[in-house]
Amino acid sequence: MIVHSIFFYFFSIIAIFSSLMVITSRSTINSVFFLILDFISVGCLFIMVGAEFLGMIILIVYVGAVAVLFLFVVMMLNVSEQKQSWFIGKKSTHLPTGLIVSVLIFLELLVVVGGWKYKDNLMSSSTLDLSNVSNTHQLGLVMYTDYILYFQIAGMILLLSMIGAILLTFRQRPGVKKQSYFKQISRTPESSIELKEVDSNKGVKIDD
Amino acid sequence: MIEIGLGHYLSLGAIIFFLGVMGIFLNRKNVIVILMSIELILLAVNINLISFSIFSGDIIGQIFTMLTLTVAAAEAAIGLAIIVIYYRNKGSIRVEDIHGMKG
Repeated sequence: MIVHSIFFYFFSIIAIFSSLMVITSRSTINSVFFLILDFISVGCLFIMVGAEFLGMIILIVYVGAVAVLFLFVVMMLNVSEQKQSWFIGKKSTHLPTGLIVSVLIFLELLVVVGGWKYKDNLMSSSTLDLSNVSNTHQLGLVMYTDYILYFQIAGMILLLSMIGAILLTFRQRPGVKKQSYFKQISRTPESSIELKEVDSNKGVKIDD
Repeated sequence: MIEIGLGHYLSLGAIIFFLGVMGIFLNRKNVIVILMSIELILLAVNINLISFSIFSGDIIGQIFTMLTLTVAAAEAAIGLAIIVIYYRNKGSIRVEDIHGMKG
C-alpha cells in the first residue's frame, strides 16, 4: 500500500507539473513535449489503478498519434517568432475573468470531491460477473456485445474526421505536372496518332 | 493521506481540468496551445471516468472513456487541419491576430 501511494504521488506530481508547463512554456515545441510527458504519466496512473487496457491505449493513441500530430503541425508552421509568453505580452483584458472562472471551476470540483467522501456506498449497475477475468477481457466482453452500436458510431466519427481533415487541407495547385490515370487510360490511337503524307525533299512541320 | 482512494484521483482530475481551463483563458500565444489545453481537459475527464469505474467496480466508465478518446482524437485532427489552412490563408496563428469575427 505504501508503494502504491508513493507511485501515485510520483506520477501525479509529474502530471500536474507538466500540465502547468504546457500552459506556461515559452515556446510551443516545449509545450508539446510537456504534453507528451503528461500523457505518459497519466497513462502510468491508469495502468497502476487497474485499467491496463486504457493506459496502453493512452500511450498508443495520445502519445503515438495525437501528440506526434501536434509536433508535426508545430514543426510545419512557422511559430518560432511567436515566443512571447502570455504574462509578458500585451495587456490582456480577459486575464482577471479567466482567473476567476478557472478558480471557480476548480473550487466546484473540489466541493464535489469533498462531498463524495461522505457517501460511502458506491453503487454498481453492472449485471455481469467480471471479477475473475482480466481488464481487457472485461472490456471486450461488454464492448462488443452491449455497446456495439456505440463502438460503430465511434468508428464513424473517426471516418468523418479523416474525411474532414483531408477535405480541409486539400488544394489543387496550378502549374504542377502530375500523372492523370484517367487521361492516360482513355487515350486511343485515333486521338493520339496522326498520319501525314510526306512529300519528297520537303519534311514535315510538327507543331509542338 | 497514505491510503489512496477515489478522492485522490478526483482531486488530480480537478487540478488538471483547472490547469486546462486556465490555459485556454490566459493564452496569448498561438492557437495550438489552446488545442493542447482542450486535450488536457479531456484527459482530466478521462481520469475522473476511469477512477469512478475502478472504484465502483463497473466497466461502463472505461467504455465511455474509449469513446471520449475517439472524440478527442477526431477533434485534434480537425482542429489541426483548421489551424493549417488558417495559417496558409492568413500567415499567422497568433491569438491576437485572429479577430475576423470581431470577438
